[in-house]
Amino acid sequence: MSATFLGMPGNFPQNSALAVQDSQLRYNLRKATHTIRGKRATVVGELSDWAELRAAGKAIKDETLRHLDRYLIQLEEAVTRAGGTVHWARDAAEANRIVAGLVQATGETEVVKVKSMATQEIGLNEALAEQGITAYETDLAELIVQLGDDFPSHILVPAIHRNRAEIRDIFLDRMGDAPPDLTDEPAALAEAARLHLRERFLRSKVAISGANFMVAETGTLVVLESEGNGRMCLTLPETLISVVGIEKLLPSWRDLEVFLQLLPRSSTGERMNPYTSTWTGSVEGQDFHLVLLDNGRTDVLADEVGRQALRCIRCSACLNVCPVYERAGGHAYGSVYPGPIGAILTPQLRGMSSALDASLPYASSLCGACFEVCPVAIDIPEVLVDLRAKAPHGPAERAGMRVAGWIFNDHVRLAKAQRLAGRLRKLVPRRLPGPASAWTDTRDLPEIPAESFRDWWERDERA
Amino acid sequence: MSAREEILARIRRAVDGAPEVEIRRAYRTTSEVADLVRLFAERVDDYRAIVHVIPAAEVPARIAGLVGDRRMIIPDGLPREWAAGVPAGLHDADGVVTGCAVAIAETGTIVLDSGPGQGSRAQTLVPDYHLCVVRAGQIVPGVPEAVARLDPARPLTWISGPSATSDIELNRVEGVHGPRTLEVIISS
Ligand code: SF4
Repeated sequence: MSATFLGMPGNFPQNSALAVQDSQLRYNLRKATHTIRGKRATVVGELSDWAELRAAGKAIKDETLRHLDRYLIQLEEAVTRAGGTVHWARDAAEANRIVAGLVQATGETEVVKVKSMATQEIGLNEALAEQGITAYETDLAELIVQLGDDFPSHILVPAIHRNRAEIRDIFLDRMGDAPPDLTDEPAALAEAARLHLRERFLRSKVAISGANFMVAETGTLVVLESEGNGRMCLTLPETLISVVGIEKLLPSWRDLEVFLQLLPRSSTGERMNPYTSTWTGSVEGQDFHLVLLDNGRTDVLADEVGRQALRCIRCSACLNVCPVYERAGGHAYGSVYPGPIGAILTPQLRGMSSALDASLPYASSLCGACFEVCPVAIDIPEVLVDLRAKAPHGPAERAGMRVAGWIFNDHVRLAKAQRLAGRLRKLVPRRLPGPASAWTDTRDLPEIPAESFRDWWERDERA
Repeated sequence: MSAREEILARIRRAVDGAPEVEIRRAYRTTSEVADLVRLFAERVDDYRAIVHVIPAAEVPARIAGLVGDRRMIIPDGLPREWAAGVPAGLHDADGVVTGCAVAIAETGTIVLDSGPGQGSRAQTLVPDYHLCVVRAGQIVPGVPEAVARLDPARPLTWISGPSATSDIELNRVEGVHGPRTLEVIISS
């Protein structure tokens, strides 16, 4: 990954220490993660064959990765046959160059975008801006983030760190056509965004998207969404450019029967998301370009332990169960990929040369909740442990890591510390003694639940 | 070396010697559902779409009654009796009335494939009101049965309730960019 996402400058312990001081952020995160977690558990529980779907999802992705070269060539043939054009990009700079060139060829200077993590990863909006092209985000949350000059903090609800009053202020300040009497009712805010974007959708000639899946056998791309801005972008403009990581592939059409069950239930906790669009090549006269992105993925693929991270379908279920994410927030991970998946994906994509990336494998208590909920069974703790062994730490960094590590690193000690703190709640110490004090200096101890996360998890979800 | 050749070469180096994978499909690929219409109706209703279950003979009158004086897009190939008495509109239409390609009971999903009576993708997207008629025989139990029936060469739109967002403090707001009202008639 050659573009850097500058969410926060420090390493993970420093960033998360800042985040835990922000009680609004912590409140929002807690509410969001717990709500989605509960919905997910309900709809997953409805399916008697969830374990079998999960096993198949894992195997299908592993099979894809094992023969990724063959499937990519098959995909390219199918897309080309259906009238699309396929481009290959080794890294972010190459992908950005290709996309900018395609937009310039249309003569347009504005594009609409549907939420795509791949284009955030490569810093596409910024690269287009350098070429005089303005990219407008159209997801409500992305719009909030973009108008607020801000960074996404959750895969699924990127503006979860903002409350309604802040969103209203951002709209009034930055949206131009926001009604002056705009209230902070969610319905009123959504309506303002609808009106703001409608004209833009109808006018735009070029759209940029990502994709959730690509089917090698048929050349079909698949986008799941909720708001309908995806349909607007995919359908109305004359030119559609999709930038997709090479690992987003599935071998056969039939494989969608697995992933269209795994993804919505794991992600938003719905039986199905409101809209899913699929298209093959050029449809209804639209000019279609597919940009296949490597940008570090082949390096991840070369790692026997780490390559399982490429199975990820970006559902965000692992974020919603992670006790560290819940406290630290998405920005602390300094990447478009936050939470447990970010802790294993970012260091592998970018290499561990920066202090931030080298600290990410420590952003976990190794409690295993992420592995339990992952719909493609990525053993995140296993990869974390492996990355810790590989991380190149200087003496100063190691010391810093140990301080945070005392509470995060060793799950037995974490469990003990949490249970102890739970028992001592009435006394509510302001600081934990000894090596953990540096960590607790910035952490409200009353946050520690009466029941430790591990106890709760074992009782609640495994019951 | 071209980017394509280089990426393919990197992949081949990366997976060299990796074990082969066997895909076991032990999940349900067919399900028995006693009352498909009822399950589908319940699941659509869960999304806060409006559902009517009526005999086929009553469909034309019900469509006319629901549409009222809204001007509607009538896609090519829509059964003529469904369109009788419906005011037609085009670019400034208030709504669209369509059939569908297949419907999924377990998830309350309607799939459009731009076939006869379903219009183009834009026609079911831009108007604010979508009235969709599902014939009981088009309902399948689960996702696998639907995927098997659909043709990947056609552009597909899977619709599960009205458009929605939960981006503001996780409060669900229905109706963002797609039609804000989805009404479904199940013709049994
Ligand atoms: S790692 Fe698993 S749980 Fe986390 S986002 Fe990816 S697929 Fe979802």
